[in-house]
Amino acid sequence: MTDTPSTRTAQPGGPVSTGAPVVAMRGISMEFPGVKALQDVDFRLFPGEVHALMGENGAGKSTLIKVLTGVYTATAGTTQLQGGQVAFSGPAEAQAAGVSTVYQEVNLCPNLSVAENILLGREPRRFGSIDMAATRTRAEELLGRMGLTIDPGSILAEHPIAIQQLVAIARAVAVDAQVLILDEPTSSLDQDEVAELFRIMRHLRDEGVAILFVSHFLEQVYEIADRMTVLRNGRLVGEHLTKDLSRLQLVSAMIGRELGVLEEVERLAADASDEAGGTPVLEATGLGRRGSIAPFDLRIGAGEVVGLAGLLGSGRTELARLLFGADRADSGVVRVAGREVHLRTPRSAISAGIAFCSEDRKGEGILGDLSIRDNLVLAMQAARGWARPIPKRTKDELVEKWMTALDIRPNNPDALVGKLSGGNQQKVLLARWLVTQPKLLILDEPTRGIDIGAKAQIQKLVTELAAEGMAVVYISAELEEVARLAHRVVVLKDRSKVAELDGSASVDDIMHLIATSDSEQVAS
Amino acid sequence: MSTVQTAGAAGVLERVRGSRLLWPLVALVALIAANAARNPGFLSIRLQDGHLYGSLVDILKNGAPTLLIALGMTLVIATRGIDLSVGAVAAIAGAVTCTTIVGSSDPTSPAAALTGIGLALALCLVLGLWNGFLVSLLGIQPIIATLVLMTAGRGIAMLITDGQIITVRNDFYREIGAGFLLFPISILIALAALVAVALVTRRTALGLLIESVGINPEASRLAGLRSRTIIWTVYVFAALCAGVAGLMISSNVSAADANSAGLWIEMDAILAVVIGGSSLAGGKYSLSGTLVGALIIQTLTTTVYSMGIAPEVTLVFKALVVIAVCLLQAPKVRERFRRRRRSQDPTSPSSPSTSGSLAPEEDSPAPTAHEPAGDAASDSKQKVAQS
Repeated sequence: MTDTPSTRTAQPGGPVSTGAPVVAMRGISMEFPGVKALQDVDFRLFPGEVHALMGENGAGKSTLIKVLTGVYTATAGTTQLQGGQVAFSGPAEAQAAGVSTVYQEVNLCPNLSVAENILLGREPRRFGSIDMAATRTRAEELLGRMGLTIDPGSILAEHPIAIQQLVAIARAVAVDAQVLILDEPTSSLDQDEVAELFRIMRHLRDEGVAILFVSHFLEQVYEIADRMTVLRNGRLVGEHLTKDLSRLQLVSAMIGRELGVLEEVERLAADASDEAGGTPVLEATGLGRRGSIAPFDLRIGAGEVVGLAGLLGSGRTELARLLFGADRADSGVVRVAGREVHLRTPRSAISAGIAFCSEDRKGEGILGDLSIRDNLVLAMQAARGWARPIPKRTKDELVEKWMTALDIRPNNPDALVGKLSGGNQQKVLLARWLVTQPKLLILDEPTRGIDIGAKAQIQKLVTELAAEGMAVVYISAELEEVARLAHRVVVLKDRSKVAELDGSASVDDIMHLIATSDSEQVAS
Repeated sequence: MSTVQTAGAAGVLERVRGSRLLWPLVALVALIAANAARNPGFLSIRLQDGHLYGSLVDILKNGAPTLLIALGMTLVIATRGIDLSVGAVAAIAGAVTCTTIVGSSDPTSPAAALTGIGLALALCLVLGLWNGFLVSLLGIQPIIATLVLMTAGRGIAMLITDGQIITVRNDFYREIGAGFLLFPISILIALAALVAVALVTRRTALGLLIESVGINPEASRLAGLRSRTIIWTVYVFAALCAGVAGLMISSNVSAADANSAGLWIEMDAILAVVIGGSSLAGGKYSLSGTLVGALIIQTLTTTVYSMGIAPEVTLVFKALVVIAVCLLQAPKVRERFRRRRRSQDPTSPSSPSTSGSLAPEEDSPAPTAHEPAGDAASDSKQKVAQS
């Protein structure tokens, strides 16, 4: 999934609001114990506009949405809907009042039909039971209104995620929503699907629906949004018409500083190239696992960043899991620093000096109910065994050191990791491994779903670690990121390694390899 | 988990208030007070022949098996599991010991008792290994995996005792469940186990690793934990606790009853853990909570008898008290209480602040200034209604 900036011009041609806002939030503050999530934030949303809510992770976007939809009760401030004061007790009440939300994950019933999902809970009734025929007709109408041709009788799970998302939107507007909140609706969609979503969003906008849109993809925001509100650290930075705000201005508003960090990454990456040679940190020969990834060879030298590029399902994650012993290989040999090792479990890989951050941060990474401190030391503690606890002083020093080094916020080691923003969770996870001083660090999508500031910090960290001699395997769906950071790029396709390119390879080269059908070997 | 650094009496008060143990403790005290009100002799404890006597001592003595089983259950529950087989394992332990004693050459000798106990605990170890094998290696859901032994276990106990109630006369064996060393020996054993577990899990990293596995087994495995071994171990430990509890139960009556020994004790143990504030969803656990929970359960049982509540309604009565305690602990209800208290007394310190909050100077006045305003809609109504 790549952005093609050149073809997407910012044409926020939408009708821009003149009348009264449909939503007006004033002076909203929201405090959780120890954290001020929002401070005195104003927000307004006009009918017939697409309004993007922008900010880094942890800026307060989700909190603001939750205050609006009644999930949270604001500590201070007022919310008006159509000029009347409201304080919803929860999303259901908000929806009844015309404020519908579609979340990133599709919250529908996969084993019910499309029609049933759209009208679930408000099905037309007849003689006290659900009138299936009317349900179907009504769903067909709604889908038709959005210009969708989906069979309302089909089972939801049979459709791809993108269609399910559109069904979720159909469900959201089925209640005559005046306000539609779309929280990261595009994160799992491909280009065509995004285009389809945007078509429908424009359609709804032209019907007068006010759409609040949250996305990490700047290009998409510039394509669809008429207006944007930028938050940073729980405070309002500003509200702008999209056409008045350049991308650079937006980004610096979001991260609160000029783009120096990103440029530094470029420079460091350039500096650090061609450092390979000597005994490889890791050398895999014929490593493979049936049904997972075809046998491949791979060499990673000290101080080298090897990028893994490929589409979702190309085998990039599977390859990484083999290298970490998360899955067991059924063929091949792995040598670490020249010595053969058997990576039967993550534990054995860790003792060989290998670390791995899974792409599934919540499911396979952080332990949300534990504190930052416990999360940070977990891998080190596990390696030491339960009987040898890390002395309190050492622990405090380590935690202090890494929280500062990676700028983890809030700066409170007792905070529960589950409550942190995605970027900070990722940093905690990285720190957990850096504490163990690995020789090889495998990062699977470390920057997915996190904000630009944290992303830049993590990329910078990777180049620095490599410069200090750590070997890094870097997986990202964003080819530009891979091309920029990696000294070598391994291209994967259909569960096998198809090529290995050197650092000078461009995004176009990689895309070409992924797109062509022949698995033609290209020497590095 | 972190070491307690008391910040004066106010800090202690604040901790108690925010503690999940507050309501269970209140419930325990209330139960005891209710008993004392009805029966003034309830609180009296007298010393006779180096033994303590009294209703409270009885509660400790009879509650020891539940406490011990709840202790094992706490760790199992912390790993997201549950062990339904503990009652059956307790019955097996009693059956094995009594059968061995009766079958030995000198059924009154300590040697016979020790042999029986050794055999029983060895068998419990195997049973624990079996549960752990099903759960950690085969990945069977704990509730199903241990249901196997819950049903089959009583059958095994019946096989061992030949379906008879086996009575023994062995003074050494009798000491475990009925003996006194000033305090009942059974509660001393249970408390020693509790303290040992608390020390081992909190002084080493074992507690962290157990909680970590309970919160997310896969993430823990990828962090290099031996998730399977940890899960396996807690089932073995639970079975051993159940075994010792079974010895106490059988020793107290000098008999092994395969049918009724430890019947439903798994439910009492699970309740004790839940009342103590550990979540059935796994993760963070509280041993002190389990202690209070077990005491509540036992006091409740004693209350039911001493108050002469009709047998038909005993279980309903028990259920009502348990529901009340669980409700008081539910985060939503607690939140309600806290808000109400705060709105009544705006000068009282705000929510329990965790150590090292971001900006204490700035933070502390803020909530009192903001929150009554924020909650105005709901709280002012309550205030009016109350005043």
